Amino acid sequence: MSERRLLTGWGGTAPTAASTVSVAAADLPRVVTGSGGRGVIARGLGRSYGDAAQNAGGTVVLPLPGWYELDAGRGTVRVSAGTSFHDLMRELIPRGFFVPVTPGTRYVTVGGAIAADVHGKNHHRVGALGGQVVELELLGADGTVRTVGPGRDLDLFWATVGGMGLTGVITSAVLRLLPVETGQMVVDTERLDDLDAVLTRMAESDDAFTYSVAWIDTLARGRSMGRSVLTRGEHARREDLAGSPRHRADVVPHDARVAMPSLLPPHLISRPTTLAFNEMWFRKAPRRREGQVQTVAAFFHPLDGVRHWNRVYGRGGFLQYQFVVPENEDEALRRILGRISRAGYPSFLAVLKRFGPGDPGPLSFPMAGWTLAIDLPTSPTLRGFLADLDGLVVASGGRVYLAKDSRMEPGLLAEMYPRLDEFRAVRARVDPGGVFQSDLSRRLHL
Amino acid sequence: MINSLGQPQSVLVLGGTSDIGMATLRAWSRTCRPYVVLAARPGPRRDHALAEVRGLGLEVEAVDFDAEDTDAHPDLIRSVAGQRDIDVALVAFGLLGDEERAWQDHAAAVELARVNYVGAVSVGVVLAEVMQQQGHGSIVVLSSVAGERVRRSNFVYGSTKAGMDGFYLGLGEAVRDAGVHVAVVRPGFVRTRMTEGREAAPLAVDADDVAAAIVRAVAERRELVWVPGPLRAVMSGLRHVPRPLFRRLPL
Repeated sequence: MSERRLLTGWGGTAPTAASTVSVAAADLPRVVTGSGGRGVIARGLGRSYGDAAQNAGGTVVLPLPGWYELDAGRGTVRVSAGTSFHDLMRELIPRGFFVPVTPGTRYVTVGGAIAADVHGKNHHRVGALGGQVVELELLGADGTVRTVGPGRDLDLFWATVGGMGLTGVITSAVLRLLPVETGQMVVDTERLDDLDAVLTRMAESDDAFTYSVAWIDTLARGRSMGRSVLTRGEHARREDLAGSPRHRADVVPHDARVAMPSLLPPHLISRPTTLAFNEMWFRKAPRRREGQVQTVAAFFHPLDGVRHWNRVYGRGGFLQYQFVVPENEDEALRRILGRISRAGYPSFLAVLKRFGPGDPGPLSFPMAGWTLAIDLPTSPTLRGFLADLDGLVVASGGRVYLAKDSRMEPGLLAEMYPRLDEFRAVRARVDPGGVFQSDLSRRLHL
Repeated sequence: MINSLGQPQSVLVLGGTSDIGMATLRAWSRTCRPYVVLAARPGPRRDHALAEVRGLGLEVEAVDFDAEDTDAHPDLIRSVAGQRDIDVALVAFGLLGDEERAWQDHAAAVELARVNYVGAVSVGVVLAEVMQQQGHGSIVVLSSVAGERVRRSNFVYGSTKAGMDGFYLGLGEAVRDAGVHVAVVRPGFVRTRMTEGREAAPLAVDADDVAAAIVRAVAERRELVWVPGPLRAVMSGLRHVPRPLFRRLPL
């Protein structure tokens, strides 16, 4: 079954056509070995913002309905790569487990999450998803399936973690799970008036919380530059919910009931609307509130509450710029944020997070330091602006996240990812013919 | 690949010595560094264009291209695409000719038709083929307002542009689901080497204005672009002027 389709990432930019296939695992090797000159890439739910899961003129493998086997004794799950975090959470929470790491959306597949080495609000404590993978099955360019893990073909394993699908098709994985008692979170929220306050607060006391993230108003200038709403939380235990019957312990995330309409006025996301929204968001947050009970969905995935929320950016689409600067580079972060606030690009819900140490993946994004993610509607002036930010990021020793990128200058890649050659060496070993390709790999000469 | 902000990584200019082509490369060179292939007849003009593109700091090569030699087009374009994907192909060749000679001198009329129409169709078919295989790409073609309503004063040129304009609009519809984007650009009077010595028409623009419109058309995947924009309203008015009155207009 193959169908020619136009594909984009979540940002809705730069559509390209590929032949999409959806076949049983047993038939995948034939698809891979017979993919032709423009190669093949696996796609999950299309939540990478840019072109990571596109393959112009080539083949794109779509995810299949998932399966999982829980090993409650060991606290691990063996799960098919096409399973979404949404479905996995709905199965795991009633059985007393949670995924070890969740990104800001549940609508990602296990395979895609490993390929992007996703991180969550607990990165400062547990690192990215790669560190929680016991082993995975990888369909290689030669059509054979290998089991790789930290103990089996270490190089290939870590090149696959964060490798953007370019080492093969992940078909299943074994993940370590987190035991939880409920589907609720206990959350502390506080408002911080400027960048210094939020950086200090996170550096001092993040380690006392499993989850921590700040929403930052990137339009605030002057004294309030960097003003933020910091939320930190823990999984609620049963006793945390005792005496409040409206917070059910067995609540699981469900699909959104509302969707963004497909016809919207243009330029909804503009400077005035964003200024107003950011002001409202900051004001409505409590100066300080402790112990609020929130569902997993509300705490981790607020945007999943509206299907197709990316439509709000209209036909021109948008991009997400996410970078990290190393720890002790607060000054670089301040300079970059200053540029962003002065430029005045409208960005809702910019997210600031303190990362713990990175993992051994040569293309894995996180490193100990500060990461900031901003969503921006596409516009011609972003070309020069983001190129300037790239320069500041590189100068600080930081990098941008490939799962979000859609516009970077390829020449910067080796500076951002100094172990790029190790990644290329693994690829040359396992895929000398370049079977695995994507628009991202072509654009950045990966 | 063309990235999310519309910056191409490779550009093929068919009619590689065109002023508008050069202005467009200049505009792109300010924000990205596309690899450039100039397709033109060998000679001092092409050498000069090569040097100018190098001066912009871009990597560039030249290939031999003659718009009238349609038999050579398929191999030429396929071999360029075989080296690396063609992100943008700019169809920038064309002849203006002497208007009065053009309809009275058989050879001159045929040459205009062969270069401007047959040549454009010939490269269009092959570009569409290679870009459909790539699954992406933009074809930008320089049409003209002269083709929107063909007038007495330059009807041979106008008719060739009308023909190629219609061909590329249709081609854009045919390939859009294959990921290929076609932009038809209709400038008014452009002050270039081609129009040197002629009196500028109202709403005249420079090659740089057309270049800016092309950069934008690629970034926003626009299918039909007027330069300057207000020409669209002017021409849509003129289009409906009755023939006896149209005849008397000083156009």
